Amino acid sequence: MTASVGGPTAVVRMNGIQKYFGAVHANRGAEIEVGAGEIHALVGENGAGKSTLMKILSGMQAPDGGGVEVGGRDVTGWTTAQAIAAGVGMVHQHFMLVPTLTVAENVVLGREPVSVATFDRDRAIREVEELSKQSGLIVPANRLVADLSVGEAQRVEILKTLYRGARILLLDEPTAVLSPPEVTELWAVLRRVRDTGTTIILITHKLDEVMAVTERITVMRQGATVARMATRATTPEGIAKAMVGRDVDLSVQTSAGSVGRGKGLGDEGGGGTGLTVRNLTVRGARVEKAVNDVSFTVSAGEILGIAGVEGNGQTELLEAISGLRGVTSGSIRIGDREITHASVRERGDAGLSHIPEDRHQRGLILEYSVADNLILGQQHRFSRSGVMDRAAVATNAAKQVAAFDVRPTDASLAVRTLSGGNQQKVVIARELSRDFIVLLAAQPTRGVDVGAIEFIHDTLRKARDAGKAILLVSAELREVLSLADRVAVMYGGRFVAVMSRADASEDALGPYMTGARKAETESAA
Amino acid sequence: MSDTTARRAALEEALLPPIVALAVVLVIGDLLILAYGEAPGAVWRLMLEGTWGNAYGIGQVLYKATTLACTGLAVAVALRAGLFNIGAEGQLAAGGFGAAIAGLALPAGTPSIIATPVCIAAALLFGGMVAAVPGVLRAKFGAHEVIVTIMMNFIVLALLNYVIAAHLHVPETLHTPSVHAGTIERIGSVIPAFHGSAVNWSVVVVGTAVSAVAWYLFRTRAGFELRAVGLQPGVAEYGGVNVSRTWMRALALSGAIAGLGGVNFVLGYKGYYEDGFAGGAGFLGIAVALVGRNHPLGVVIAALFFATLSQGGLAINAMVPKQIVEVLQGIVILAVAASVPEVRRLVRKAAGARRSGMPTSMPTATEELRAARMSGDQRPSA
Repeated sequence: MTASVGGPTAVVRMNGIQKYFGAVHANRGAEIEVGAGEIHALVGENGAGKSTLMKILSGMQAPDGGGVEVGGRDVTGWTTAQAIAAGVGMVHQHFMLVPTLTVAENVVLGREPVSVATFDRDRAIREVEELSKQSGLIVPANRLVADLSVGEAQRVEILKTLYRGARILLLDEPTAVLSPPEVTELWAVLRRVRDTGTTIILITHKLDEVMAVTERITVMRQGATVARMATRATTPEGIAKAMVGRDVDLSVQTSAGSVGRGKGLGDEGGGGTGLTVRNLTVRGARVEKAVNDVSFTVSAGEILGIAGVEGNGQTELLEAISGLRGVTSGSIRIGDREITHASVRERGDAGLSHIPEDRHQRGLILEYSVADNLILGQQHRFSRSGVMDRAAVATNAAKQVAAFDVRPTDASLAVRTLSGGNQQKVVIARELSRDFIVLLAAQPTRGVDVGAIEFIHDTLRKARDAGKAILLVSAELREVLSLADRVAVMYGGRFVAVMSRADASEDALGPYMTGARKAETESAA
Repeated sequence: MSDTTARRAALEEALLPPIVALAVVLVIGDLLILAYGEAPGAVWRLMLEGTWGNAYGIGQVLYKATTLACTGLAVAVALRAGLFNIGAEGQLAAGGFGAAIAGLALPAGTPSIIATPVCIAAALLFGGMVAAVPGVLRAKFGAHEVIVTIMMNFIVLALLNYVIAAHLHVPETLHTPSVHAGTIERIGSVIPAFHGSAVNWSVVVVGTAVSAVAWYLFRTRAGFELRAVGLQPGVAEYGGVNVSRTWMRALALSGAIAGLGGVNFVLGYKGYYEDGFAGGAGFLGIAVALVGRNHPLGVVIAALFFATLSQGGLAINAMVPKQIVEVLQGIVILAVAASVPEVRRLVRKAAGARRSGMPTSMPTATEELRAARMSGDQRPSA
């Protein structure tokens, strides 16, 4: 299974890495060898130990066993400062930039060029522009980071790492926040950086990325390295099998619902009305109209998928529908019930279920037990004259934990102690087990491993087939295409395109997602 | 991770800070006592004898702990809802005043079975009303409760001072006339051993209140929602909880509990309201809540601890200045507030050193929880 790579040219060699977090054995004999000047993929499901391995490489954590070699030197247990000095730089998933400083200031932060004890801004700008030209990472050195697009901010983040002299660049899920064209651009940049002699390790669980840009692959499962391969010699199916340990169906399924497939906007045939939104305008945190005059209908037995780059009003739209954000104008109905100004609880009772996009900010009380989290939002149904019915809570927990295969099965544990995938299962179990007509599913598989993704997708399809109306929002175009019966693209607070699944593809949706193409559908609303 | 280890971790988390605080207090107390040229052993012994060594001392400790349990629980309940109530001092005074007003308003000879509950209800009401102001301001206008509760202290205490001084005092004093009805008997009148100590049946009232609050927090829907708001307001809102209303309710409840503490002094000890009786007890409540980890049971234990220090200060006054105790109280607070994560890291390091070379042995449960928190989503699915 493991083909030896690198030999003397390997710049990174990690052997038999062991790492414990308490009783959790995060790395159990993990290995990786990365050749000089290659783009290397480190893949595995969430929780496979990829991030831990890279944190050990970048000095953020010390291994409990095993050895780390960089450039032939034993550096086991080094510190972040030592790692940076040796040219190992990590680009984190969440940007670590100061929004009120300019691009150049951010890049040089911590290593500011100085002339006579004062910050030499001109030199900083000059150096950043030079590096920018060399690497092909085009950034406006004088703009404030707050004004940058997500793609630009990411380039600044990479540039910052290069400025510190990184010769080995670690990228943690870099495409999570990018639109398809931005992703393409990122690949071009990475190739260029690679061509200047930098070694790149890409942490990801998206197989198309692995195929697109990498040369070699290390696959991890349950803390151990289970396969090493050359990208050219494998297939996405082969990688997926190694990741999960069994065959996985990767095809984009287009199984439309039993009712209401591929209808036009506002078309209310088939299964009757689920969710009706009319001329909805919602104020955002910074913009007057985060959602701008949006109208649509989701019929019973239909999944309407909303594609779009994050930050184009999807969050505000879902918050308005779920009652977490006030509505400026327009109306929302569930079935025949007007809920535009109803409280969150009234909406739940009217038949609204909601898988929130961020389970930690909205979905789960991490200190509460699994059992308590499984009734959150329905505490009034699990109490009698104001006193919690603990027996009913426990019975419900036992039922849901079994039905949704939540692990560990002890429902008295705090949700915090569960893995991300199991936390998400708790949310999904709760929202799908209640009595509902309309389901809002926002990023339902974010931070969830491949095995759980399949399960969650199946669950959503079953709910759809059972006649539920589902509004799906996902940053993963693939997910939208795999689940939705109709696809809408949100850009700048508007629905700029609505098409049936049959017409939707990455190529068709891409231009709308970036705003390159504007709606011809507004009249249809 | 099994259920028992989780429970052990919770227990460890609850017990470790007070134990560490106690150790720190002993060490620094030793140094202070030595600085006065006295033998630490003798002073500590005297302190123990003067508090837990005889019925009178125990009675005094219980009396002081009764008030502190109220202010401590008041702070703890607010913190459970994510609010910092600095105003327990004013709420305690207002509660005592309310009890006195009710006791003065009732005709003399009203049977205790009626008068005492009426006076207690007045104490709850007055304390609750004082705390409801910051609650409403927070919910309606987003005014920060820390600022408002601090300001309310000044307003309430000054107002009460004015009312007493200008309208209600017995000449030459700063206290009201004795109440006509509603006083609570001292325990000493039933159990002679306690004779002379201020402990009274309020301790039972407060004990019941503590149990009721524990039940409210951990068994009722309102408590479920209150704790949810305190832990993650965004999630609570998503779960259909009216966050603003929960804040108002929590602060009103908090104030009512602080107000209940006034009963101990006014009805149980003096029989009248005296200006300044609350002095310090409100602020010490913050320390009690902190050391008691915001748990009703922990609050009771912490209240007993601080009451012991306070009463012990009187006992050792002959050998060392009783202000030493105030220094120690401050150190307890600092130790709990600041040193705990440090100490835990040290403990963990020691555990790590023991474990080095045998990576398969079990780590401490606290460590495990902490690791789970740090690693978040990166943990493997079980």
